[in-house]
Amino acid sequence: MSDWEFGLLDSSALGLLGGVLGALVLASVIAWILGRKMGATSTIRNLKQRINAWWLMVALIGAVLAAGETLTILLFLVLSLLALREFITISPTGRADHKALVWLVFILPPLHYWFLWEHWYGMFSVFIPVYAFLFLPARNALAGETKGFLQRAATIQWALMVCVYAISHAPALLQLPVAMELGREAAEGSAPGAGGATGAHLLLFLLIVVQGSDVLQYAWGKALGRHPIAPSVSPNKTWEGFIGGVLSATAIGAALWWITPFSPLMAAALALISCVMGFAGGLVMSAIKRDRGIKDFGSTIPGHGGIMDRLDSLCFAAPVFFHAVRFLYA
Amino acid sequence: MMTTAFPRRSLAKLIGAFTGARVLAAEGDSPPQLPEQAIYYANHSSHLDFLTIWAALPPDLQNRARPVAAKDYWGSGLRKIFAEQIFNAYLVDRHGASGPRRRRSHAGVSPKGQITGMSEVLAAGDSLIIFPEGTRGDGETIAEFHGGLYKLAQCHPEVPVVPVTLANLGRILPKGELIPVPHLSTVVFCAPIQLAAEESQQVFLTRARQILVECLAEHQAIARDAADDATSPGAPPRQDHP
Repeated sequence: MSDWEFGLLDSSALGLLGGVLGALVLASVIAWILGRKMGATSTIRNLKQRINAWWLMVALIGAVLAAGETLTILLFLVLSLLALREFITISPTGRADHKALVWLVFILPPLHYWFLWEHWYGMFSVFIPVYAFLFLPARNALAGETKGFLQRAATIQWALMVCVYAISHAPALLQLPVAMELGREAAEGSAPGAGGATGAHLLLFLLIVVQGSDVLQYAWGKALGRHPIAPSVSPNKTWEGFIGGVLSATAIGAALWWITPFSPLMAAALALISCVMGFAGGLVMSAIKRDRGIKDFGSTIPGHGGIMDRLDSLCFAAPVFFHAVRFLYA
Repeated sequence: MMTTAFPRRSLAKLIGAFTGARVLAAEGDSPPQLPEQAIYYANHSSHLDFLTIWAALPPDLQNRARPVAAKDYWGSGLRKIFAEQIFNAYLVDRHGASGPRRRRSHAGVSPKGQITGMSEVLAAGDSLIIFPEGTRGDGETIAEFHGGLYKLAQCHPEVPVVPVTLANLGRILPKGELIPVPHLSTVVFCAPIQLAAEESQQVFLTRARQILVECLAEHQAIARDAADDATSPGAPPRQDHP
């Protein structure tokens, strides 16, 4: 189908991005019409801000994929660092944790992403859950402050797992095709970009399905939402929104089977798993925000909140999608 | 001696981005309305404090705002160039005499000469950024104020005194640490206060400090004890470390 490529983008990936842009044009037009009809209410303003931010995010993803795997990995490293900053801001850490935080922010994430860039799968998968997990509390204990130690140490681990380890499984999809085509052994240490356009297809599939599920859950919930799933955590998450959003996003995933190595049925199943995980991620982050007494993690993305408010679903979906595909196809 | 506007603006943006500074007015979330000339005073927990306030000011006010910085830290080498050339800082000698560094002695004391100097800056029409605690604290409590703020307000009743609350900067670069760790911080510009007729130094300083204490409690509550926030019913009480 594709005889030319632009970085990691081939003609079908461009077609897919074109489809997303079409959806954004439609959304912008609808928002504009709603704005004309209902006036500039805060809901409309927020909707427009959200859509404008989507334009930027889609452009950014398209640009880094066109530039290749290295730049895509760098983008996700930056996203991880911004997410970490939001996370440690709401953490109960203090002065005694400063040295551990320096490791947490400046040393561990770049190392982890370097292992990812090297396609060193073994190290990529154990570095944070084993080495960083054991190292960080030890470094923190040396600082000598014992009050709230477990809570502080656990929060730091959580920040690293969620903001760095989990998110990094999205760009890790780019190298998965090597293991799928040549076997896991051959994938080890392969060159950056070796996953080619198929890797970009996997990443785009996941992003479209998971982020689409977020948007659709919001839309279904706004339209039909009556019965909250966990009212004490998030009154906006309803059964109607959840079922409608997850099913329609699963349908989108199934319809995108042609871009993936999956059969239509497998594409639907993997999309369903990703959407449910994405919902779980949103719910968990809501619980954290509710406990800390904040509405958003930050204000980096106008209309959406912080980076973590946008990536909460991806955090939970990416690792499970990655391992499901690797288990079934590599 | 002054660098040109463009690099200064870029630097201000860079500082704002690094400290993740959200700039708020105490009333409402809109960008604060600030007077042309002011005495800005703030709580002090980090070397980043004056940079952050400087970066948070709109460009036209920024050019004429002079942070007051301690000569013993900012007065030599690269830091001096940084402080004087870029931020147009007004360096003061916190130890009174120009003797050897005596970190523990007379920290924050405001000898007569120092107030006269700062007063001249105000008379020239520039603004001042001062930290009346005199030294950096732990970021959670605010120490008693030294008298300089009162004396400046007394000498220049025409200049509004603007309280500025800085939250979380002490977590980015706590006292005694070398490497700043990014956190999101908040800069809150509160409504200007004025020295009332016959108001004593003690009363004025207590009032000025109290504004920062309350504002800081409000903006730091997010990170500290959200458990007893009204939005989280039934959450178990948390034991925060100090």
